Amino acid sequence: MLKNLFANYYEAVSIILFGIGFTTLLLNRNMIKKIMGLNIMDTAIYLFLAAKGYIFGRKVPIVSGDVPEPENYINPIPSGLVLTGIVVSVSVTAIMLSLTIRLYRRYRTLDIDEITRLIKEEK
Amino acid sequence: MKPRSDYERSLWRRLVRFVDGETPEDAELYAELRKSGKGRQKNADSGAEQFPEQEDKREKHRRLERAHEREAASMLERYRNWPKEHGIRIFGRLYAVAAVMLCLIIIVTLLVTVSYLPEFGQPDNPNNNEVVERYNAHGLEETGATNAVAGMILDYRAFDTLGESHVLFIAACCVMILLRLDDTKDRKRAEEENDRLYEPKNDKILQLAAKILVPVIILFGIFVILNGHLSPGGGFSGGAIIGAGLILYVNAFGFEKAGRIMNRKNYAVISVAPLLFYAVAKSYSFYTGANHLESGIPKGIPGAILSGGLILPLNICVGIVVACTMYHFYTLFRKGGM
Repeated sequence: MLKNLFANYYEAVSIILFGIGFTTLLLNRNMIKKIMGLNIMDTAIYLFLAAKGYIFGRKVPIVSGDVPEPENYINPIPSGLVLTGIVVSVSVTAIMLSLTIRLYRRYRTLDIDEITRLIKEEK
Repeated sequence: MKPRSDYERSLWRRLVRFVDGETPEDAELYAELRKSGKGRQKNADSGAEQFPEQEDKREKHRRLERAHEREAASMLERYRNWPKEHGIRIFGRLYAVAAVMLCLIIIVTLLVTVSYLPEFGQPDNPNNNEVVERYNAHGLEETGATNAVAGMILDYRAFDTLGESHVLFIAACCVMILLRLDDTKDRKRAEEENDRLYEPKNDKILQLAAKILVPVIILFGIFVILNGHLSPGGGFSGGAIIGAGLILYVNAFGFEKAGRIMNRKNYAVISVAPLLFYAVAKSYSFYTGANHLESGIPKGIPGAILSGGLILPLNICVGIVVACTMYHFYTLFRKGGM
């Protein structure tokens, strides 16, 4: 089991990075830091997907030469998935940050507990 | 540890008193009563002041009851306020411990899963299946793009990429709804402007650097977009590069100069038009492809810049949308509108 874990060290590192991001997301009360944690999780997923697509000794899928040989190139599908992931993560981050700005303009704080308290007081 | 002398005020003693239904005033009163009782016994032989003594005792009993109620009420009050005062702190600690435990459990579970995954980088892994072989073997002749990833995302899976562009566009719309300050002429807008009062304006060093860098950055972005089907790159990365160049330009020269080209009307046109073109072009291509019709789109010679059928125009569309969206995000976050 441990041998296979070392063989899959890219995936293992991406899982640990995912855990770090998740811990950041859960432990911080500052909303900007929560968003940073979410972005670290995103990055871990990109690393995982990119690692899944790699094949030892093969090249990037830029086909050169007249006769393409599929044995020469790595798996192009995870690269496309990473592209999708990056775009979605950019959009989600932008929306989260703008919501944070709105909350800050109203409550003058980024602490999520403080904001919850202020909302309860308003009621 | 030095011995405590204030046992009566210690937490345990207070707890015992609360359980017994006593109050500190109680204890004092009892002590007083005991004293006065002794005193009464002493004074019993005099006999004359017995009646006021009784009156005094009743009065003391009443005081005792009132004190009792007060103490009970204050204990109840403290019991009710306890979560407000200490609860959040203790909950925070418990939460932190629980969060770390949860994350560790997740990491360990996923690591065990990873250890059962097929070995890294082997060609016979289950994810390297016939789809990949097909893309790598026939991608060049079917899409005309040497870059297999571009061929995949803009030909085989083009509607996926259309959806991505729409995700970006809708995100820009959402941010605009949340942050736009263009039309509001109220106090908030003035406040936001005050926030930017001390930002440097017309910085000479930045302007000189931008003069040299911005054309190069934008040219590089255009290069990346136009070569998306031949080399690593494409609409998304090239668009992000152009967006970065535009943001640098705005930082150096201010919004007045940039607003001549990138105002809101132009933004609406140049980000919606590519999306429309993308949707129409790809619908046509899928329609003809599914019905085995001749689409009339030339594939060109693989490797030439004008090749790959629809991939080059679609890359340009995606690049324009991404560049506009990046710039628009920046302007919205910076000052709430173009």
